[in-house]
Amino acid sequence: MYMAGAIRSPVEVAEWLSVGKVLFLVIHLLGLTFLTYILARRVTPLLRGERDPRFDRPWRRLATVVQFWLAQWKHPRYRGAGLLHIFIFAGFMTLAVRSLALVVSGLSGNAGFPGEAGHLYDLLTDWSASVVLVCMIVAAVRRIVFQPARYAVPARYGKGHPGDAIFLLGLIATLMLCDIAFAASNAAVLLQQGKAVEPLAVGSLPWMLNRGLIAVPLPVLLNTRVAICIFHELTFYFLLCYRPFGIQFHVITSLFNVYFAKLDRGSVKPVRWGAANLDELNSFGVKKFEDFTWKHMLDFYTCADCGRCSDHCPATAAGRPLSPRFIAIKARDYSFQHYPVFGRAKADDARLIGGIYSEDEIWSCTTCGACEEECPLMIEYIDKMVDLRRGMIDEGNVPQSMQKPLKALVSRGNPYGKMEKKKADWTDNKEFREGCKVRILDARHGAETLYFVDSITSYEDRIQAIGRATARILDHSGEDFGILGAAEKDSGHDVRRCGEETLFQALRGHNVEAIKASGVKRIVTADPHAYNALKNDYKDVPPVEHMSQWMARQVRAGNIKFNRLENAGAVYTYHDPCYLGRHNQVYDAPRDVLDAIPALKRVEMSRCRDRSFCCGGGGLMLFYEPREDQRMGVLRVRMAAAAGANVIVTACPFCMVNIDDAIKVAGMEATMTAIDLTELVDQQIVRRI
Amino acid sequence: MEILVCIKRVPDTSENEIELNRAGNDIEREDLVYAVNEWDNYALEEAIRIVEKNGGSVTVATVGGEDDEEVLRRALAMGANRSVLISDAAFAGSDGAGIARLLQAFVEKNHFDLILTGAQAEDGAAQVGGMLAALLDYPFAALVDSVELLDGTKLKVSREIEGGNKELNEIDLPCVLSIETGINEPRYVGMRSIRLVTSVEIPTLGAAELGIDPASTGKAAAKVHRTDYFMPAASKGAEILNGGRKEVIDRLIELVRAKGGLK
Amino acid sequence: MARIFAYIAHKDGAADDTAAELLAAAKWINASSSPTALVTGSGPQLDAVCKALRDTYAEIWKVSKAELAYPNAELVRQALVAILPPGCIVLLPHSHFGVDLGPGLSIKLKAACVSDVVAIEGAEGNRLKVIRQEFGGQISTHVWCDISSGAVIQIRPGALKPTAMAPVGGTVVDQSSAVGALKAGRRYLETVVAESGDVDISKEPVLISIGRGIQEQGNVHIAEELAEAMGAAVSCSRPVVDAKWLPKSRQVGSSSHTVKPKVYLACGISGSFQHLAGIQGNPFMVAINKNPKAPIFQVADVGIVDDILEFLPELIARIRATVR
Repeated sequence: MYMAGAIRSPVEVAEWLSVGKVLFLVIHLLGLTFLTYILARRVTPLLRGERDPRFDRPWRRLATVVQFWLAQWKHPRYRGAGLLHIFIFAGFMTLAVRSLALVVSGLSGNAGFPGEAGHLYDLLTDWSASVVLVCMIVAAVRRIVFQPARYAVPARYGKGHPGDAIFLLGLIATLMLCDIAFAASNAAVLLQQGKAVEPLAVGSLPWMLNRGLIAVPLPVLLNTRVAICIFHELTFYFLLCYRPFGIQFHVITSLFNVYFAKLDRGSVKPVRWGAANLDELNSFGVKKFEDFTWKHMLDFYTCADCGRCSDHCPATAAGRPLSPRFIAIKARDYSFQHYPVFGRAKADDARLIGGIYSEDEIWSCTTCGACEEECPLMIEYIDKMVDLRRGMIDEGNVPQSMQKPLKALVSRGNPYGKMEKKKADWTDNKEFREGCKVRILDARHGAETLYFVDSITSYEDRIQAIGRATARILDHSGEDFGILGAAEKDSGHDVRRCGEETLFQALRGHNVEAIKASGVKRIVTADPHAYNALKNDYKDVPPVEHMSQWMARQVRAGNIKFNRLENAGAVYTYHDPCYLGRHNQVYDAPRDVLDAIPALKRVEMSRCRDRSFCCGGGGLMLFYEPREDQRMGVLRVRMAAAAGANVIVTACPFCMVNIDDAIKVAGMEATMTAIDLTELVDQQIVRRI
Repeated sequence: MEILVCIKRVPDTSENEIELNRAGNDIEREDLVYAVNEWDNYALEEAIRIVEKNGGSVTVATVGGEDDEEVLRRALAMGANRSVLISDAAFAGSDGAGIARLLQAFVEKNHFDLILTGAQAEDGAAQVGGMLAALLDYPFAALVDSVELLDGTKLKVSREIEGGNKELNEIDLPCVLSIETGINEPRYVGMRSIRLVTSVEIPTLGAAELGIDPASTGKAAAKVHRTDYFMPAASKGAEILNGGRKEVIDRLIELVRAKGGLK
Repeated sequence: MARIFAYIAHKDGAADDTAAELLAAAKWINASSSPTALVTGSGPQLDAVCKALRDTYAEIWKVSKAELAYPNAELVRQALVAILPPGCIVLLPHSHFGVDLGPGLSIKLKAACVSDVVAIEGAEGNRLKVIRQEFGGQISTHVWCDISSGAVIQIRPGALKPTAMAPVGGTVVDQSSAVGALKAGRRYLETVVAESGDVDISKEPVLISIGRGIQEQGNVHIAEELAEAMGAAVSCSRPVVDAKWLPKSRQVGSSSHTVKPKVYLACGISGSFQHLAGIQGNPFMVAINKNPKAPIFQVADVGIVDDILEFLPELIARIRATVR
């Protein structure tokens, strides 16, 4: 190194620059080669993964990238951390251009952009580096001093690695310091050499540092500048190559992960993409790591271990063995172990269940979607859970308590094992019959609208009241409707999400035929699970509406009017069902209906709309009891009480069962009741005489 | 280990309501769903587990007709290696001993180290296993809730007896065991697995193939006959408390308190 | 009329309750019959049993052999086959021992075999008419059995009421020498006594018993709360233990624990005989079940047709309110 104290002439500097250029070139080449090798090793398992078509609808995907990657749309959901990250991201994006510029300048001898734009850019980068550095300090303090709960690693997942996080923050801070120092020293050098120098951004760290450097002798400055430059390059490349070794990988993969994100909400991926005939497949579901699709593997790489998913997961809150964050992290670690960058790939047939995952962990998921809603990197969980369940079902590995309802679904078409001919018995109530006619539809007796009742409303005592209320409302409004009766089998929505795909397809096939035979043009249902199935899982059926949407329409059109609510002291709160709200984004219709009832006092729970807290799972989850500390329903009922409500309004029969039950378990019968939206409407509707 | 599991297709009690038919002489069979007898399912799971651990094969047999093939198929989907339908018009109306003789004929034409049956079927007779053992002169143990292979010649089995106690026995192979529920947790047999075996050919063995004299089975040879089904006259039965739930609860508390049931 | 024998089970020198029930069964078959008791075992305990049986049985055949010290059904069968005359009727209890012995015995005797008989209508020539149940007790059947070459009849314990009788003063006949060496392919090793667990339900005076109607493990606490409110203990039927929602120490039934409570609440229990067989002493029984046709309503004192998952929580609330 040129450490002489003599003032260098521009010629000497130029000479040095050309020798330095070789050094830079070597660093760049080595760095890039190394990075390419590492990335290639990381791509290896993806090449062995199942196919996953994510190259369709490019414009829509680009829009997703703009909204969720560039605009960091989900980040502010956690205000503090979100803001921090937005600053860091914005800073990085700005600086990324500078890093490229430095690479170029190292090669060509030119630094920076020309003209006004260049000057503006330089100001931005000064600020960016400063802000990012400050953010690093704030982030480190957060981690070390305040230790936010969601970063904690529960004992059963091993030890946390707080050191790794601090190391990473330190690396980035170092890089920022290099940037700042370079800008400051470069400006100082140019000033001392009498060259034109653009002013640094006032108040930014480079500006501050610069003021301290102005007095330093030029030779020292020159060496300092070169040293910083090289150190910057080394740090830059070290960080870049370090990225694929942990959560910092998300910086590289996030763009791709968001681009390839799932576009179709509410649906579940097929057993295998591109397999026309399921009977030809040797195996269903994910049993070993390589059964995951390449995109799911990319998800594992992209997880930033931020814990937002688990923070909102109702299963985690209830103390079940599931924490979505660790589904991703454990799989990522598995992948790193079996497909290391250095060393041979160790692909074996090891089962994931019984290995990195436990059965209970996978059965604990209610598919509520809170994890996917929170994840800023658009990581998908539900499809993975369903795939893992498909694998367990394929191997006969199903808890005894779930075998019973599945068996009943095969033989009777409903999880209760009740007889098909009793499907319409809920209409048999004498009082009900006198006020409302419910027709059974078939090929000879059609109607405009089908009321798809589904199993729980047909057979569960308490829930039959929701069926009757719904029928009365439809009847009152003159809707030409009917039900399928014994010809209706369970929609199969939760059968599919429990992994019994073959049974689901059998149920779906049967129902589609019955629906077509009835000739209806529209379907309406009060059950969000049935709604989601008919809308997203079924093909070739008439359009379907949930009762809340249907009622909201009628209210808007003035066809339904309400009596004043005579219930002083009642404070209502609406609980968003997962499959109506989050999965299908129907938040306003039920609220509009409630707000149309005069004198109804309504409050919102802090976790509402897309942050609604799952009641405990619909469908087959009602038959399965995983180990948990608390029932999800109990937690939810307490949230309602905390919001100041004493009546919970549900719009889903499963929510009703769980909430009703939870009120009893929590011993809150005196202070809380639950009512379905249709029951409330039925109660308040102004009846034509 | 070559294992034979004898199974039976029965109306599924958990998904049916057993009622008398209109004529009053049989159960209402329309709308019944059928499944493999619950005890037999546990026996089948046990056999499959033994073979998974120790090698060998599981053969499943049932005595019946074409309708009964579905339980044989399900057994194949579950993991059995081979299935056989023992069927012949001459076999209709056989009693427990008749069925045991049919199974005996089948066993004698093959080689099995171990024969498992469910402890009983929904008719509660709990006979075929013990009868089959006696016909074959194999040792027998009823109500087995655990099976351990000691070596290739004998097993250690535990029998359920009163008080929740267990009777441990050593039993020589070949033998017959009748299996109790709860011995294991049977695996799930998915619809897909069943679909995959729908076209498997299941051999049917009649009187000729078994080399059995039809006169020794069937209705004529049966010594036990069911005449009809009936609902017993509600003798005294329970006094049903009627009324709204609150009234019923109050009355119940009164009654229980009177009997010293409340502290 | 064929000669009738009754196999007497015994333990610790005392005959089982079924001895009297089998006697009653014999009378139902043939009112004038005088059945012979069959008792196997060894040592002074066997002698004590035989002596006690002299009050009720006219003739007692005793087989005393060291191999029979523990009642191994495989050995007992051989002994009985050696001494029983052809064409006789053998009565057994339909117990764990009975199902182990009966069917094989009937084959060796070349006799008919009818099991789990709940009532005997009588004999008409060579036809013995009995009543059985099927489908877990949901329905009854009339059955007849050809006894021309003898029969083995297994009687459900507790189904027939023993009739009071004047002492008979019977004689004990030692048949041991008629039985040769006994050897079987099954050898008794030992008996493992069930753990009593935290609660010995057989000593509890008030029991809240749950069955399949509890539906899932998460609801078991409802029974526990009711038990707590009432100062009672929780017991259950077999399906609850099979599903591992409660330990075996809580199971009431013929294959588990016999209980003698004062008050018994059967919640969501259908009333299979195996379960009911575990309840002795004729407690005040309340049955709560959604299904009005559940067999339990035949034997309970008071019945409530309701869903236990809804009824019990309200009951608990009411009891707590009245206690306060």
